[in-house]
Amino acid sequence: MSHQIKSCSLALLVLWLAAVGRAEVKAGDAFPSLGTAGLSGALPATAGQVVIVDFWASWCAPCKASFPVFAKIHGDYSARGLVIIGVSVDDKAPDYAGFVKKLHPPFATVLDQNHTLVSQVAVPAMPTSYLVGRDGRVRFVHQGFHGDETERELRKEIEALLAEKI
Amino acid sequence: MKITRPSLPRLRVFLPVLLAGLAAALGGCASFNPVRVQPWERATLADYSMRPDRDPLATAMAEHIYFSRESATGGRGVGGSGCGCN
Repeated sequence: MSHQIKSCSLALLVLWLAAVGRAEVKAGDAFPSLGTAGLSGALPATAGQVVIVDFWASWCAPCKASFPVFAKIHGDYSARGLVIIGVSVDDKAPDYAGFVKKLHPPFATVLDQNHTLVSQVAVPAMPTSYLVGRDGRVRFVHQGFHGDETERELRKEIEALLAEKI
Repeated sequence: MKITRPSLPRLRVFLPVLLAGLAAALGGCASFNPVRVQPWERATLADYSMRPDRDPLATAMAEHIYFSRESATGGRGVGGSGCGCN
């Protein structure tokens, strides 16, 4: 009988671990590899750079509002070593292409149509942007887009990360 | 009516099943992420057709009914669809 109880306890532990195991990427964690996530589109070189990975979708209104701000930030900091990568989670490639064509972002955009990367990162809200340091670790996470407030915070954090040396 | 206690062999069969069921149920409760539809899966929910006020005529009729029955109008909530992102 005790063997059966042990088996059931093990099953409970496995179920609990399965539930907990799907943890989202947080500040301090290494950001998953973009190269192996099966993303559609050209990825810029990110080694040793400060990187913003922004998850967006064409159906998400705050994502649309965030693009002009990321475009401004890209213009101000790309020469100093900031790379912005917009990862679309659109289910349909034409939706992604139409959005990019309409907004013409100056930074790189890729499509995660199979939701491989976004599932791995377990994004808590749309949009969410991850500020990754030169060492490849997530330093700041921004859930949602809150206009000037988000822009102010991003600029402050980018300045701090760009000033860091490896 | 005579109530009989389950025999010990029967209990041995049912107890693991009962415990396994309990484990499964508690495993579900232990989930720290109870949202079934993930944030990146809400394209359909964010569609215009999911908006409760997508049809102006239907909205006007509903408003008329509320006003007629309750002498109240307006205050029908905030905008936005079901994507949970705005």
